[in-house]
Amino acid sequence: MTAQNASIKVHHVTRVEGHGNIVVDIKNGKVETCEWRVPEAPRFFEAMVRGRHYSEVARITSRICGICAVGHTLASCKASENALGMRVSKQTDRLRRLLKHGENFDSHIVHVLFLVAPDLLGAPSVFPLVATHPDVVKKAVLLKKLGCDWASLVGGRSTHPTKVVPGGFAALPGNAYNPRMATEELKALKQMILDAVPMATDMYNVLLSVAGNIPNFTRETEYVALVDDAEYGLYDGKIGCLMPDGSREIVDVADYRSVTNEWVSPLSTAKHAKHNMASYMAGALARINNNYDQLHPEAKKVAEGLGFKAPCFNPYFNSVAQFIEVVHSAYMGVGYIDELLDMGLQDEKPVEPTKFGKGFGATEVPRGILFHEYEYDTDGFCTAGNCIIPTNQNHANIQEDMNKLVPEMISADKSEQEMELTLEMLVRAYDPCISCSTHYLDVTFKK
Amino acid sequence: MAKVKCAWFDFTCCEGCQIEMTNFGAPFLQLLDHVEVVEFREVMKETTDGPIDVAFIEGSFSREADRARLESIRERSSLVVAFGSCATSGGINALKNHMDEAEYKEYVYGADSAMPHLDTQKARPISAAIKVDYEIKGCPMSRDEFIRVVTQLLHGTDKVYLPSYPVCVECKLRETVCRYDEQDHCMGPIAIAGCGAPCPAHGIPCEACRGMVADANQEAMTKVLKEKGGLSEQWAEKKSQMFTANFRSDA
Repeated sequence: MTAQNASIKVHHVTRVEGHGNIVVDIKNGKVETCEWRVPEAPRFFEAMVRGRHYSEVARITSRICGICAVGHTLASCKASENALGMRVSKQTDRLRRLLKHGENFDSHIVHVLFLVAPDLLGAPSVFPLVATHPDVVKKAVLLKKLGCDWASLVGGRSTHPTKVVPGGFAALPGNAYNPRMATEELKALKQMILDAVPMATDMYNVLLSVAGNIPNFTRETEYVALVDDAEYGLYDGKIGCLMPDGSREIVDVADYRSVTNEWVSPLSTAKHAKHNMASYMAGALARINNNYDQLHPEAKKVAEGLGFKAPCFNPYFNSVAQFIEVVHSAYMGVGYIDELLDMGLQDEKPVEPTKFGKGFGATEVPRGILFHEYEYDTDGFCTAGNCIIPTNQNHANIQEDMNKLVPEMISADKSEQEMELTLEMLVRAYDPCISCSTHYLDVTFKK
Repeated sequence: MAKVKCAWFDFTCCEGCQIEMTNFGAPFLQLLDHVEVVEFREVMKETTDGPIDVAFIEGSFSREADRARLESIRERSSLVVAFGSCATSGGINALKNHMDEAEYKEYVYGADSAMPHLDTQKARPISAAIKVDYEIKGCPMSRDEFIRVVTQLLHGTDKVYLPSYPVCVECKLRETVCRYDEQDHCMGPIAIAGCGAPCPAHGIPCEACRGMVADANQEAMTKVLKEKGGLSEQWAEKKSQMFTANFRSDA
């Protein structure tokens, strides 16, 4: 079978979170079908939060996603705090930023080292690599464990954090029951992160050795990510919309719907997003293209070493951007711990609501910008909810990439097998989190 | 000894319990000395249509279209282990079970709510569709319990002992101050233990994510939530819809 006539049907793309299908049909060199489809079971979270107390809402929406549970919890708390007029303390802000970097580190390690690396090393999964690359796998497993321990120490648990509540933290880091013990916990975490840096350097060398296997494909698109004066946009900020020509529009989080503009594709049942162009990209590549200058110097060194230059228009480099962020998050994590230790930890109670209304929250989860919005009645019970997750924002961009990539592969006379792998790798590069897809179609707020 | 063929499958869920599988650290590699992973879509490309020794299933049974796939897994598997709350009780997905289906579909999907791919039904545990041999509860599942169950299964034990007492017991064991003494509320008195009670220790109420103990006195729980926890009548009444909707007498 040559590129002139090919039929590719990937039912439930593997090594991604959630369920997605690729369907491509080529007859006599002409693309008849080229579709990215999402058949995930709907879960109705936005309906389920209605009638729940504000103290319960983040605990429910965390369950949207097991991989970006920290991000969903933070976006949810931020939206609730915005709706309820709660201003969190500086200590809460710094602990949350530390937690966010923990999740970013954790999730990117899974994606780059467990899900993407097998493609680059020519293996179907990480399991055969246990025999062929035992040292690499062992270090990957230890780095993953660090990510989990990091987020757990600050948030109580990495999957569905316990301690993060609207208004602050319900408990101090680690198993501490006073600030002195918590200080020791943070010091121990700092040492754990510093001890992991040499392992990350080893992974850098592995990645460098296989970087040549990353498909060479570029398509200019819009990149949407948080931009924050305080740091490389991750926990907080405004919405940065970077165009291929380098111009950038900054939008307030409250106006997120003017960016996401969700629409229904006639080719797919999944809901899509568009802003200035036919599609936009969210995720590590969007973040790094928007915020490259704010990367930690050590992360910049890694970027330069891997030949990464922002703006980068190759979606496959999202995985490279994630690895650069792994290094960035490690150093930023250490920086936030130092700041917290300098400030001196206090035993703080979460702040109380001062009003009841509507609010918005945005944060970057590992796979892109995430929006939560809620409305509360005067007793603190939720009357409306909306969550727009990054994977839905990326669906249209994946489709646009496929539309450009498939004809290019036909011209290059790629085999059906090569095309299938290249398309799967494309979807995987986006690190989609499809079970996150809480809704596909339009959500209207009912009064 | 031949390695035990294990496969992982997911249905309606967040896949967080599968992620917990990657959080074991070094013991995960030790586990691979004893089991052969034959299917695990989230981390590997290979799939199997052959026999499976132990199938681990995550997620709820929430649409009829999934029944055939579940039956096929059951037919090919010697043992089926449901893991995580979605699979063992319906979990958070069952929060919609007490809502009007047409109304919540319309709320989330608007005019397109009738589209066939949005088909849904009440979220049920996997055992509502097929026979399940063992259950590992929790949202997320308890990693310790997973290791315990798997270790016992590998040793050929028939009876796997898991706690039947409430979460309150575990709070007492770890000397956590009761949420009710902190002017909060808690589902601990009727929640099934085994998690080690992390939530009250972390300053938040137990939401009974693992389900209820046998013969839980739900009426008394509602009364305690109201009178000791200070919850409004309405909130106290619907508290148990959050993670234990399928345990309620009105389920």
